[in-house]
Amino acid sequence: MKTTSLNRIHRIMNAKMVNFGGWEMPIHYGSQLDEHHKVRSNAGMFDVSHMLTVDIKGEGVRDFLRLLVANNVDKLTQPGKALYTCMLNPRGGIIDDLIIYFLSESWFRMVVNAGTADKDMLWVQARSDELVPGLEITPRRDLAMIAVQGPNARAKVWQVISGAHAATENLKFFQATTFNKYFIARTGYTGEDGFEIILPASDATDLWDALHAVGVAPAGLGARDTLRLEAGMNLYGQDMDETTSPLESGLTWTVDLKSERNFIGKRALLETPVKNQLFGLLLLDRGVLRSHQKVSTQHSKERDEGEITSGGFSPTLNASIALARLPLQVSAGEEVQVLVRNKMLRARVLKYPFVRNGKSLI
Amino acid sequence: MNIPTHLKYTKSHEWIRLEEDGTATIGITHHAQDLLGDMVFVEIPQVGRQLKQGEECAVVESVKAAADVYAPISGEVIATNSELESAPEKINQDTYLAWLYKLKPSTTDDLSKLLDATEYQKVLENETH
Repeated sequence: MKTTSLNRIHRIMNAKMVNFGGWEMPIHYGSQLDEHHKVRSNAGMFDVSHMLTVDIKGEGVRDFLRLLVANNVDKLTQPGKALYTCMLNPRGGIIDDLIIYFLSESWFRMVVNAGTADKDMLWVQARSDELVPGLEITPRRDLAMIAVQGPNARAKVWQVISGAHAATENLKFFQATTFNKYFIARTGYTGEDGFEIILPASDATDLWDALHAVGVAPAGLGARDTLRLEAGMNLYGQDMDETTSPLESGLTWTVDLKSERNFIGKRALLETPVKNQLFGLLLLDRGVLRSHQKVSTQHSKERDEGEITSGGFSPTLNASIALARLPLQVSAGEEVQVLVRNKMLRARVLKYPFVRNGKSLI
Repeated sequence: MNIPTHLKYTKSHEWIRLEEDGTATIGITHHAQDLLGDMVFVEIPQVGRQLKQGEECAVVESVKAAADVYAPISGEVIATNSELESAPEKINQDTYLAWLYKLKPSTTDDLSKLLDATEYQKVLENETH
């Protein structure tokens, strides 16, 4: 199994380690629920070094990315600005979801998912050879990434990285800056404020220790999953994959169909009718919603026409919630039936996110 | 691993305390709760239900997954720990106090099939290899 540079410190901190897409990663350090609550109420940190940073340099990077991804990199006008986007195949299916940072006209940076990193690299390199040859595309396995999240996350980072306060206090959401050896982005996957910090792998343990010393709780992939579900953020491989369109995955806002620009997958998106959408569900009966459970609505005679893509227990709401792919005719407020362990249970359709900045939105 | 010697066990990770009055108290083992992680939901059989040995009779769900609980012996459910429905975390806090239900065994034949602590320890050792 592959390990990150923080593997040793996870073990020292009594993490329960699991195989996550070929990476040995911490699922929790004792209690997933505690870690979840600490992120919502104070600050937690996640080792997300299994995700891959890819630098793309050379002349014509922007032209290449205009064609490569579904969102429009022309929205990136200020150095440091970040863009969330899907990378599509010609059928309009999602190869991966990623963040692109604009550093200069000859240097953009992408951060892609761990499980898709190898296929992403092959795809990006092949498309570059075809569309804008000569770009320098570098996977940065020499870098680690620590996400520090929670209402006090930024203040904790400022406490331990001297000089970072002045350098990052004016960063807006989805903006990043380079500060000494750190690349600090005001981004995250929890619905809380905070930073994602990319740094040399050899410095990761020092930063982790320093953050721990000022009271930032180590948090595992378990809490990361319940936090992102409450925040209504998609998980690649679960809520979307190469067979699903971003227009049926709650990601229409990330697809630029307005401009004249062509991009891979655009034609398929324009030609394929949208029949489903992602909705939020709140379970009204006792039980726990899980991915792949079937959902029946009043809009079709066929039962089981919908499916939960991500489900679980929401520690903040003390209830079970889910994202589900349902027919477009469904609207927020109506009741649906979910087949949970051989029983039909009642759930209410809701707009998501469920939780933002520590507060329930339902 | 926490395996009290005064209890009996099953391969499916239930613990059984045989009471002096002939009834049996049932829960899930420390190993089972450790594997599952933080508990968030418990469903317990109704009092009066007749259970056959090996029958699925309860569900425990953690943040991670759902797990069936099987009847370790045949008998009638005579009491349930409904407190767990609102406080499933008690299973993580001390699973040997957090009993799920009590049975009145319908036969004594089943009892000989239960494992003692040493035998259960061996089951766990084999699982991890």
